[in-house]
Amino acid sequence: MYAYVIRRLFVGVIMLIAMSLVTFVLFFASPIDPARYACGKNCSPELREQTRKALGYDKPVVVQWTDFLKGVVQGRDYPDDPELRAAAPELVTHCPAPCFGYSVVNTKTVNEEIKEAFPVSLSISIAALVLWLFFGVLFGVIAAIRRGTVIDRGIVAVALVLYAFPAFFIGLFLLKFIAIKWQLVDVPVYTPIAEGGVGGWLSSLLLPAITLAVLYMAGYVRMTRAFVLESMTEDYVRTARAKGLRSPRVMVKHTMRAALTPLVTLIGLDFAGLMGGAIITETVFNYNGLGKLAYDATLTNDLPTIIGLVLLLGTFVIAANIIVDVLYAVIDPRVRVG
Amino acid sequence: MAFLSVRDLKVHFPTVDGIVKATDGLSFDLEKGKTLGIVGESGSGKSVSSSAILGLHRKTSAMVSGEILLDGTDLLKLSDEQMRRRRGKDVAMIFQDPLSAMHPYYTVGNQVAEAYRVHHNVSKKVAKARAVEMLDRVGIPQPDRRVDDYPHQFSGGMRQRAMIAMGLINNPSLLIADEPTTALDVTVQAQILDLLQDLQKEFESAVIIITHDLGVIAEMADDVLVMYAGRAVEYGSGNEILTHPEMPYTWGLLSSVPDVTGDTEARLIPIPGNPPSLLNPPSGCAFHPRCAHRDKVPGDLCVTTLPELAPGTRTETHLKRCHLANPDVVYEQEILPEIAPELVEEKQA
Amino acid sequence: MNNKRGDDKLTPLPATANFLPQDDPISRTEDPVDQDEIDFVAPIEGHAASVADPNAKPILEVRDLKMYFPVKSSGIIRRTIGHVQAVDGVSFQVPEGGALGLVGESGCGKSTTGRMVTRLYEPTSGTITFDGRDISRISTRQLKPLRREVQMIFQDPYTSLNPRHSVGAIIGAPLAIHKVLPRNKILPRVQELLEIVGLNPEHYNRYPHEFSGGQRQRIGIARALTLQPKLLVADEPVSALDVSIQAQVINLLQDVQREFNIAFVFVAHDLAVVRHFCPEIAVMYLGKIVEIADRDTLYNRPNHPYTQALLSAVPDVKQAAIGGRRERIRLEGDVPSPINPPSGCRFRTRCPIAQEICARVEPPLLQIGKRHKVACHFAGELGHHPDRPVTAPLLGVDDTGAPDPGATPTTMAGNEPGYSDTWYDLERKTMASA
Repeated sequence: MYAYVIRRLFVGVIMLIAMSLVTFVLFFASPIDPARYACGKNCSPELREQTRKALGYDKPVVVQWTDFLKGVVQGRDYPDDPELRAAAPELVTHCPAPCFGYSVVNTKTVNEEIKEAFPVSLSISIAALVLWLFFGVLFGVIAAIRRGTVIDRGIVAVALVLYAFPAFFIGLFLLKFIAIKWQLVDVPVYTPIAEGGVGGWLSSLLLPAITLAVLYMAGYVRMTRAFVLESMTEDYVRTARAKGLRSPRVMVKHTMRAALTPLVTLIGLDFAGLMGGAIITETVFNYNGLGKLAYDATLTNDLPTIIGLVLLLGTFVIAANIIVDVLYAVIDPRVRVG
Repeated sequence: MAFLSVRDLKVHFPTVDGIVKATDGLSFDLEKGKTLGIVGESGSGKSVSSSAILGLHRKTSAMVSGEILLDGTDLLKLSDEQMRRRRGKDVAMIFQDPLSAMHPYYTVGNQVAEAYRVHHNVSKKVAKARAVEMLDRVGIPQPDRRVDDYPHQFSGGMRQRAMIAMGLINNPSLLIADEPTTALDVTVQAQILDLLQDLQKEFESAVIIITHDLGVIAEMADDVLVMYAGRAVEYGSGNEILTHPEMPYTWGLLSSVPDVTGDTEARLIPIPGNPPSLLNPPSGCAFHPRCAHRDKVPGDLCVTTLPELAPGTRTETHLKRCHLANPDVVYEQEILPEIAPELVEEKQA
Repeated sequence: MNNKRGDDKLTPLPATANFLPQDDPISRTEDPVDQDEIDFVAPIEGHAASVADPNAKPILEVRDLKMYFPVKSSGIIRRTIGHVQAVDGVSFQVPEGGALGLVGESGCGKSTTGRMVTRLYEPTSGTITFDGRDISRISTRQLKPLRREVQMIFQDPYTSLNPRHSVGAIIGAPLAIHKVLPRNKILPRVQELLEIVGLNPEHYNRYPHEFSGGQRQRIGIARALTLQPKLLVADEPVSALDVSIQAQVINLLQDVQREFNIAFVFVAHDLAVVRHFCPEIAVMYLGKIVEIADRDTLYNRPNHPYTQALLSAVPDVKQAAIGGRRERIRLEGDVPSPINPPSGCRFRTRCPIAQEICARVEPPLLQIGKRHKVACHFAGELGHHPDRPVTAPLLGVDDTGAPDPGATPTTMAGNEPGYSDTWYDLERKTMASA
């Protein structure tokens, strides 16, 4: 098992390195000049060239990429060009290992940016996950047990309707009506646990989490329903009934455990994707999470930030995959290796 | 009154296309310590009927009617809870494919012990000890160690033994075995059939064995019920039915399977066509479109009228559902020479 | 409609494809009841089960074939720590238009052997000579013409047909892929093939789910026949079908075998079906052939204790019906793992007559009759197994399997494909010939 995880981690690191290269190549293949963006509004050709040198955009792509990898391992100093560093030593920023780069746009190292945005996204994602998983599975199982009835059709229909609303609509609706017009809750502002305690933290997450959860819940209702229905026709469920077990026990011990296994895969991937993918929700509620960071970085062609985020999210997806596989082995004894 | 008496059992499934009459008026009796073999092809209603005896059909999807009298109690009149209490205790079932019939996530011991704990208020430890005892009884080596293995760690034969242990752990008075050896290799099949026979003697259970394999029937069954399109078409003692079958479908089953001793030069005589649709069964005798002996019945009786399940030409207890007036003669003259020419020669000599 | 099948003249085919008789007797039916519902294959007079023609030239010769699947360790670097010896040194011949049956229990390597013959697997070692050419190592590109001549019929007619392709597309695909016929000739040929296998030719545009299991297996057979193969590997072709349908399909296979002179490798676990179809049968156990013989010898005078046990385990309805039940030989336990097969004779752990020598020395496949080979130290008919190993003097060992310095080992050509003209007579303990 451990050997298996190590093998997977090793492959994951190679994949991340490849991803960073692809991002570099794609970025420079675009016709936009990143130095032009980085140097600001009043930019002269000289200033632009200086910015280019400061960021190292003047070097070939592959060299930039190896510099970046070196930075991840050893850390590096900015500006990139040694002459510029020598000219203005007081402006040199040291970026310790693992250094994912320096964002001129935000005048911060990428590590600092991520450190600020990460807890916000993580908080929203966890809150949303708990919500959508609880209600999604609950309604999915109810629909499956009452299949073909009004309850079943009602649940499926409501899920579908909610699914059809775009995230910005639900987000804006919650913000404008629940928080501002009816004032049922405070207008949400992200509050870390350190500041507002667990209660303040949770209440600040309520509306963004609901926005995300509504979206994902619909899919989970339908999938849970389908998995449970499929599992109910399995031979081993018939065996369980033939033993004379009570229906709730047949449902919980025999049907659900098998039915919910495939959900583990989906949960892992959805959660990893959500970390950087809650762009619309974070923008609507003006939460400075990873999604908003990515959105802004794309608009300003902020290469170091983009690469940092690509790698971070890639790491999440790979880690989620490995965790899912390990969980699978825990749940299903047939998968256990060695 | 017989120990198990099934009267006019009907299992109908309403579907959007109409009512599927999976079992349509089935009656039979079974005594303790005896074995009834039910033979038929897929869709003949043999598995559906046995699931009805166990009360496994959900009321939302199936309409079950008739009487199933087990030791005088009509199982169909019991409430869901009363039926549940009997399921697995008085009536138990063994299924065809032990790999899919056991839950892959739980140990064999857990699943066998669970069957005991449902009906006995005992601790987990006691139930597990009982499971080990039962696994030992069905011939699983090192049962105290294997009890903690998962089903996929067992071989096919061992899994079926474990299923049998699960079925017999509460000492049921009626055991239904649905194709218990179909998924197994022949040498393992032989082991399992031997085991079932031994256990039946020991526990004095009534056994219903459902199979498509006449060879298994021949070795196991005291009585035989041949089903076609949801109805019994021939019913009687095993010996009677295998030596003097009187229904063309039974003849077809006998002549279409090769055996390991017969004449290899003989061509197999298949039953033409395909099993009928239960949604839209043929009129009259459901077997008439595939029957080679229809022309021996005057008029189009076979097409218009469903024959009664009535005594044939030999004994009062050998019932057949066929319009043929002299099936014994047809069998002697036309069928026997085809399937067992050596027997005919013997008789002549 | 009623008389359509018998009277229709078949479409003329280009010379390359002209292997069909103009009046195809197979699909003629006396009185088709309802073509949509029922497919008859009426008996053809004089078409009995196939008979071995020992003098026919072999179309397939398999020599010392092995298939080892690597077993990887679970460490950080995955090393190969062992092999599943799925097939371990199998040799046989199949004559032109003949049929060899491979029987045995699950895991004995019979299906793997079938797949190697069709080159779905590349064998670990050994040779497969098809029509005079060694095909055991040829490349994927060279395989393409081979695919025309060697075809396969699969067990499960539900999963082996693509549900999204019409029957016409499924059967016609090989013609298009191999560019045998121009596009506009494909449909008539497909309809002709449907007719050969006893299906309504007008149903070419239907999809697999519209057919019953037996009909699907017919579609699978039609697909296999499309390119006029010389060899068909049938892997459990009837075991997924209902009893009454099995006979229809077996008869159909026998008809096409006769009609088109196709050789068969027939893989099945059902001893009765194999006996009915194949004039020669090999019994496999844990990757090895333990006994191979012509049909009558194998079923009437089996010499290997495993063959004897297998045969005794088959429930026989006719025997039971006349009251005579054969004594069953109980085999204890399960088949051992092919990763670590028992030393010496692989069957010894379950064998009722095993002795010391069986654990030490592997019994050679010894020819003991004109068309009969057996791999057992104590080969003999049921109840007449010898007390002392018949193989010991030939192998140069004593009765316990220890090397015997005084003995002179004889070289035996038992594991060669086919049979030699001389063999070892078990009764007289000398070489004999016809």
